[in-house]
Amino acid sequence: MRSALVSFIFLFVVSLGAVFAPLLTHQSYETQNIEEKLETPSAQHWMGTDTLGRDLYSRVVYGARMSLAVGVLTALLSLSLGTLVGAVAGFRGGKIDAALMRVTDVFSIFPSLLVAILLTVFLGRGFLGILVAISLTSWVVHARLVRNLVRQAKEMLYIESARALGVANTRIVVRHILPNILGPMIVSLTLQIPTNIMSESFLSFIGLGLEPPYSSWGTLANEGFRAMKSFPHLILYPGAILFITLVAFNLLGDGVRDALDPMGKRDFGA
Amino acid sequence: MGKGYLPFTAKRLLGAIPTLLILATLVFFLLRFAPGGPFDGERVFPKDVEAAIHARYGLDLPIWRQYLRWIEELVLHFDLGESFHYVGRSVNEMIGSALPASILLGGMALFFALLLGLPIGVLAAWRQGTWMDTGAIFFAIAGISLPSYLVASTLVLYFSLHLGWFPPALWEEPRSLVLPVITLGLRPLAITARLVRASVIETLAADYIRTAHAKGVSATRVLFYHALRNSLIPVITVLGPLAANLVTGSFLVEMVFQIPGLGKHFVSAVLNRDYPMVMGVTLVYGAFLLLANLLVDLACGMLDPRMRLEAEET
Repeated sequence: MRSALVSFIFLFVVSLGAVFAPLLTHQSYETQNIEEKLETPSAQHWMGTDTLGRDLYSRVVYGARMSLAVGVLTALLSLSLGTLVGAVAGFRGGKIDAALMRVTDVFSIFPSLLVAILLTVFLGRGFLGILVAISLTSWVVHARLVRNLVRQAKEMLYIESARALGVANTRIVVRHILPNILGPMIVSLTLQIPTNIMSESFLSFIGLGLEPPYSSWGTLANEGFRAMKSFPHLILYPGAILFITLVAFNLLGDGVRDALDPMGKRDFGA
Repeated sequence: MGKGYLPFTAKRLLGAIPTLLILATLVFFLLRFAPGGPFDGERVFPKDVEAAIHARYGLDLPIWRQYLRWIEELVLHFDLGESFHYVGRSVNEMIGSALPASILLGGMALFFALLLGLPIGVLAAWRQGTWMDTGAIFFAIAGISLPSYLVASTLVLYFSLHLGWFPPALWEEPRSLVLPVITLGLRPLAITARLVRASVIETLAADYIRTAHAKGVSATRVLFYHALRNSLIPVITVLGPLAANLVTGSFLVEMVFQIPGLGKHFVSAVLNRDYPMVMGVTLVYGAFLLLANLLVDLACGMLDPRMRLEAEET
């Protein structure tokens, strides 16, 4: 529990840093200065400079915006889509359930990389393409989870009572079932965030991420990777902050799970 | 016992066909509607040359005819067509030559993950609350949180550039397997250790374990004979998709270490709009995943008789 609290505080600070990035940096993340390129860390450049002489510290702080925004937004989007599909399938059952689960099956074997590449072709390399690509490939797990939870919940006595009182189906799902399965959904959401931050960094790493001069931790790690033999600091700093942030999210997710689900019942998704 | 398995397997295999077909159809049309074609590069061809190229690959036909032709070749001859990018090479042959490297890499990574992940998880659960447990938890969290390119770069920087023990890339001698296998296997290793730990702890709290203890069965026997067997089910459930991902999801590792596997082909095929190659690799990936899920369900049915009924329902 203590590690979850520490993680939460850390993530809170990092998020504040991302929001107030202009206040935390005294240099622009995009100003190039060839005279000062590839410098090692100094008082002037806390994390050194990159191949174009841009201040790495500023780029890492601004990169946090991108990485965190993508992680949180895609997790929310994929949970919403998964909840919609899962709730309808689980509540309706029968043919609708079978059809929706077939769609889910197809999506679960859809190579996520292909979706990502094609979407960035359709929507252009940028925030929107990345957002849609990651959301579209990560909702399946949530759909299966919500479907199973809804199937269990709808057999409960209180749902039967609600039905007997003539409550409409949508209202039963939204007002009575979903609040009762919120715990596992929140856990699923919390653990999806680090996964999606990592997906974004993979996309950026293989060159499908943001266009320069914008940066995320993934694009920075990609730039650093290419120069790592001679200038390891370029991959060290963005890599380290990315790693620590992912650890914090995972510890927080575990903490939330323990708190919400004291029985230790886990749902492994798929 | 065994008689339920055959119809179940047959049913699932038959069910996989429509799933794969839907997948193929979706990918086919997605690819065709994506901007950019296989032959529009920097070089601009004269009109008649372009027409000739299109005719050669059947791209002059209406899309639905192209689609039907592709399906027909696949179903009747198991032929995935000819690559658009590598002139004269068939997709079947290209996949056939790339698959062994991917399977070897994925298989070794899985072996590595299980070899270390199982004992670490069991040990952590058995010594729950001690420093061994804490260490295992943090190791697992770290392993899950490390993007593979960071693992790769750290390993290459230290073990090949600094110490010179292993080659930094390429796929030539057994030694060149070491770094890619560790890179690819670390995350599944961490996932396995975490799952095994959680699962064993849960099993050890069960009534029948207390009964076994009360009967005077030795602690090690309870662990290995009673608890471990029942702890394996959630692990196997996750292992299926994990194994399929190792074979198919290694594109980044293959790129970084220059391994001539399927993942590397796949990325370049999508970027080059090599339609037949993309379709072929997608189908192989999909089939792998479906097969892995089927094997998982069969294994779970064998380990836990209660699951057999559920299997019959679906």
